[in-house]
Amino acid sequence: MTSPLFLPVAELPKLLARLLELGYKVIAPTIDQEAIVYSEIQSVAELPRGWTDEQEPGHYRIRPTGNDRYFDYVVGPHSWKKYLFPPLQLISRAISGEDGWTFETCNDAPEKLAFLGVRACELAAMKIQDRVFLEGAYVDPGYQQRREGSFIIAVNCSVASPNCFCTSMNSGPRCTTGFDLALTELDDGMLVEVGSLRGQDVIEPLSLQAATTQHLKSAEDLYANTVRQVSKHLNTDDLRNRLMSNLNDGKWDSVAERCLSCTNCTMVCPTCFCSHVSEVPSLDETVVERQRKWDSCFNLDFTAVHGTPVRNDVRSRYRQWLTHKLATWHDQFGESGCVGCGRCITWCPVGIDLTVEVNAICGGES
Amino acid sequence: MTTTQANNPPVSPWTTAPIILRSTKAETPGVFTAEFEFKCEQDAARFASRPGQFNMLYCPGYGESAISLSRVAANSSTLVHTIRSVGDVTNRLARLKIGESIGLRGPFGNGWPDIPDDLRHLIVVGGGIGLAPLRPVIEQFLENHVATRELTVLVGARSCEHLLFADEFQSWRDAGATVIATVDRSSPEWKGEVGVVPALIDRLNIGNPAQTHLFACGPEIMMSYSATAALDRDIPRDNIWFSMERHMNCAIGHCGRCQFGSHFICTGGPVFRYNDVQQLLTIHGL
Repeated sequence: MTSPLFLPVAELPKLLARLLELGYKVIAPTIDQEAIVYSEIQSVAELPRGWTDEQEPGHYRIRPTGNDRYFDYVVGPHSWKKYLFPPLQLISRAISGEDGWTFETCNDAPEKLAFLGVRACELAAMKIQDRVFLEGAYVDPGYQQRREGSFIIAVNCSVASPNCFCTSMNSGPRCTTGFDLALTELDDGMLVEVGSLRGQDVIEPLSLQAATTQHLKSAEDLYANTVRQVSKHLNTDDLRNRLMSNLNDGKWDSVAERCLSCTNCTMVCPTCFCSHVSEVPSLDETVVERQRKWDSCFNLDFTAVHGTPVRNDVRSRYRQWLTHKLATWHDQFGESGCVGCGRCITWCPVGIDLTVEVNAICGGES
Repeated sequence: MTTTQANNPPVSPWTTAPIILRSTKAETPGVFTAEFEFKCEQDAARFASRPGQFNMLYCPGYGESAISLSRVAANSSTLVHTIRSVGDVTNRLARLKIGESIGLRGPFGNGWPDIPDDLRHLIVVGGGIGLAPLRPVIEQFLENHVATRELTVLVGARSCEHLLFADEFQSWRDAGATVIATVDRSSPEWKGEVGVVPALIDRLNIGNPAQTHLFACGPEIMMSYSATAALDRDIPRDNIWFSMERHMNCAIGHCGRCQFGSHFICTGGPVFRYNDVQQLLTIHGL
């Protein structure tokens, strides 16, 4: 595409205004309940300017940075999957009439969404969910419509948390593909890379100047600095086979003793896609809606066959989650199901760190 | 990301067709066979299935249940399902009245493999309700029966009253099949075999093991030991096939429920080559 442009910091509202004018509902990081979460915004004042997040295993706090940057944080508990694969979705409806039941699928035209502040690991997570919902034997029409309709503005990470390991998973921190626009936040504005014709159309009327060599150098310094901050490492060499040849290892018992089977890791994971469908009848039982909801392989009834769960202990459920994410995902989708965002580590109430567990179970510390 | 017409989505895999219960037949305790017909001509015309595939039967307010087709007749759009009432949905199905409607999505899954041209002997092993997805194989085999091919049907059940399709064994024998039934617990009226199904394989006359295939469906332990017995009789590993079961919710590979090692049972199965599941079957709680 074109060479990078420069958006002065004072003109960021113009980019937002342009998206709103085009009819997009803009979803971006905001601060709510002492966390940086994704929500609809009308103004750049709602962005977490001057705030960052502090993360460790089982620990998350936000605190002021003392600077004026908008995107000086890592990632929060939300991921964009809540928009592309909503936690609750009406999928079909059964209607009782004189002539028995009739059925209709529900696929309302999705809202036109613009995602502002998508991280490199989150772009990678979207591609991973595409494999599940778009590239398998069956296509999820709602996901397809939302995915294709969404306008993506990525923002390169300027900081990494101690739980980040995107460099091990080759998913970041630099955004290289899968966006319409990508921003890099510098001292006095944003470096803008255009990733699609749609991105070009959005940015065109803002008449931006080309980025200067100084801007480009500052951006390169920022990328290098973020990479240096990524301190966690997962040895992915032959990881699939190392895990699958240790399915009966006693170390699974050790993690099972700590794991609460609370499902937090699967809820915050940007690639986890398990779901179930609930029946929601009207009071007179003449209309029954079918609602698809996020589910988790940590739930006991997830594998109930004839009333008896196949994975009836925490050990087997944690093993299912970890081996699916890091091993069998490769067999099913040709890549790892982990992007190294660290959410499952941060939001685990007891601070279980999957990279530590992998090393305990099958070695490979390096 | 590719751009396509956002206002022209593909047909939803959640599309449900109304079907109507036409008849039911009690089989064994808690097990019955139900015959349904499509309410709409176009749904009937679109539907084509093969032995070993399953449908999602939907009782509004109760949910869906994955039930295999227990008969796959050519030129017939009648849907035949043999069902064990064990959960909310299957208990509701058991209470359906003739003429009542429910919903259907399907067919799903791969089904049993095509029988190779050079096959000499097909051994079908069904345990309990596991015989249901094998009956279409038996019926199609006997319909196109040729003298050079043998069919052996091995059936296991807890007791003789639990032997599924027992009233059809004689007609299968008359059509040329060898049918041997065995029960875990005998009773005064039972004159047949007592013991586990794999033990029957040890005693079979298998003339051409290399051209013998084994299809099994039933408890995992029964299938595993049947495979071991078949290997002992020199039947090649590649000729042994299992139909697997896990909880299914979506049947389209999107919900994650039926995962078994590297497989989703719904889209990768339910029929698997023994080699592809053998290791996985040795691990508890997978």
